[in-house]
Amino acid sequence: MSITRETVEQAARLARLTVADDDKDRLAGELSAILGFVEQLDEINTDDVEPLTSVVGATARMRKDEVNAGDYPERVLANAPDRVTDFYAVPKVVE
Amino acid sequence: MSELNRMTIAQARKGMAEGSFSSVELTQSCVNAMDARADLGAFITPTPDAALEAAAEADKKRAAGDQGPLLGIPLGIKDLFCTEGVQTTAASRILQGFRPTYESTVTSNLLRDGAVFLGKLNLDEFAMGSSNTTSYYGNVVNPWQSSEKPDMQLVPGGSSGGSASAVAARLCLGATGTDTGGSIRQPAAFCGITGLKPTYGRCSRWGVVAFASSLDQAGPMARSVEDCALMLGSMAGYDPMDTTSVDTAVPDYTAELGAGVKGLKIGIPREYRVDGMPEEIEKLWMETADRLRAEGAEIVDISLPHTHAALPAYYIVAPAEASSNLARYDGVRYGFRADAPEGLPEFASLEEMYATTRGEGFGQEVQRRIMIGAYVLSAGFYDAYYNKARQVRTLIAQDFASAFEQVDAILTPTTPSPAFGITEEPTGVEMYMNDVFTVPASMAGIPGISVPVGMSKAGLPLGVQVLGKPFEEVGLLRVAQAVETAADFTATPQLMA
Repeated sequence: MSITRETVEQAARLARLTVADDDKDRLAGELSAILGFVEQLDEINTDDVEPLTSVVGATARMRKDEVNAGDYPERVLANAPDRVTDFYAVPKVVE
Repeated sequence: MSELNRMTIAQARKGMAEGSFSSVELTQSCVNAMDARADLGAFITPTPDAALEAAAEADKKRAAGDQGPLLGIPLGIKDLFCTEGVQTTAASRILQGFRPTYESTVTSNLLRDGAVFLGKLNLDEFAMGSSNTTSYYGNVVNPWQSSEKPDMQLVPGGSSGGSASAVAARLCLGATGTDTGGSIRQPAAFCGITGLKPTYGRCSRWGVVAFASSLDQAGPMARSVEDCALMLGSMAGYDPMDTTSVDTAVPDYTAELGAGVKGLKIGIPREYRVDGMPEEIEKLWMETADRLRAEGAEIVDISLPHTHAALPAYYIVAPAEASSNLARYDGVRYGFRADAPEGLPEFASLEEMYATTRGEGFGQEVQRRIMIGAYVLSAGFYDAYYNKARQVRTLIAQDFASAFEQVDAILTPTTPSPAFGITEEPTGVEMYMNDVFTVPASMAGIPGISVPVGMSKAGLPLGVQVLGKPFEEVGLLRVAQAVETAADFTATPQLMA
């Protein structure tokens, strides 16, 4: 599997990453190498093999659906890069 | 009172219980050691003042009759664990300045049992790496030096490189690590210390910065098997905040230490030999098996036929889960936010702010893995990559399950090489090969421990790995201690405090 510049751009868009034009060819090579490496899995027969969902084989526990935390906006917002009153602030998205 | 910092946790517990020295004296000795070896880059955020205060508090508690299992023991904390009020970076620019308003469950458990925290230890960015050279806060240096190239700085391994370096250099008595594909065991081997990855689900992941959620597991790193057992006893336990933590009782992990290996069956998997692996590693592995045989163990040749598939499957599962986990870093709620383009009051769109923040906030290795993850999870590829990798995980887990029908534990080398130079670092897929012997156990979720057993011809430590059955860490530690006793590894690193 060879990754093109266009595929790099698409993956960067999906991952919400700004990638400099100068880095795209390098990344295409690096991503191709990794995908080339993982391609050896194609040689393994996995017909009728269930995908592993949990390594501990435990069943999920049920709990009551009730509020057990909250009411501390200062703790929640303590690390906000930008805030207005009790809200996170972000650049304007509506003109 | 000199060199208290060089004690094991077990020795320090005894010394403090007998009143030979206080936690303040012990902690001061570690703080001095941290200052003396700041050049190793092991700590991102040292907290000496808070440590000495906590030590004084521990001494008061002891005077009042408290006998907490880790009372007054100074530890380092990998900077992937959220610590209330103390900056937590994951070694990434994107978490710059982040001060959690809560404490991770594992560190809460350690504090509950009286531990003293010396500060936050360096790591590979978001725990992605095998050399601790991807940290935004600089490289960590291995305190060991090669006799062939004594001027060359060596990597401590990764991702828990700061933890391994600090424990080996005697800056702390023990440290927390996390292991996703080998991040406790590989640096432990490179630095000549002991590191345990417990069974997936044994320690809560709550408050640990997530990398790959189906693989991440916290564990202890220390200078003896017994110390790892003591630390695990505090770290482990069910936590309602982590639905993958398992609700089974936490046993006394020291219960079977000293019981030896007489009558136990130890498996040697024939697939754990790779091209280009130095002969000295194979030799130490076989010598360790011979020593266990001499102690009464039966050595059994076994096969784990899907071993070679573990690493490629890992490089689908781990990046896929990382791309999802790291989606939360967007510059809105915490950490770093990029500045708007020069000359503009703000970004043209929210999306541009996200992408610029993430492009500037994540390092190269993290970006590479996020993009691989986004690619393999994208429409049309999900089955071919992620589901295929999960099917391969089933096969790997079945390999181990069948092996454990024949044997009590499995013995392998921990790494295919000793520590390498920071400037000699391999790149790309070659770097990933460092984890070839540690990743299979991660994929199956079983516990593994690396124990130092000998030296390379250049005078660098080498470790072997013991793998055990799920949730049977007590038996695993028993075998590991037999390995430790038989190897009698007493060498110390050149850059030790």
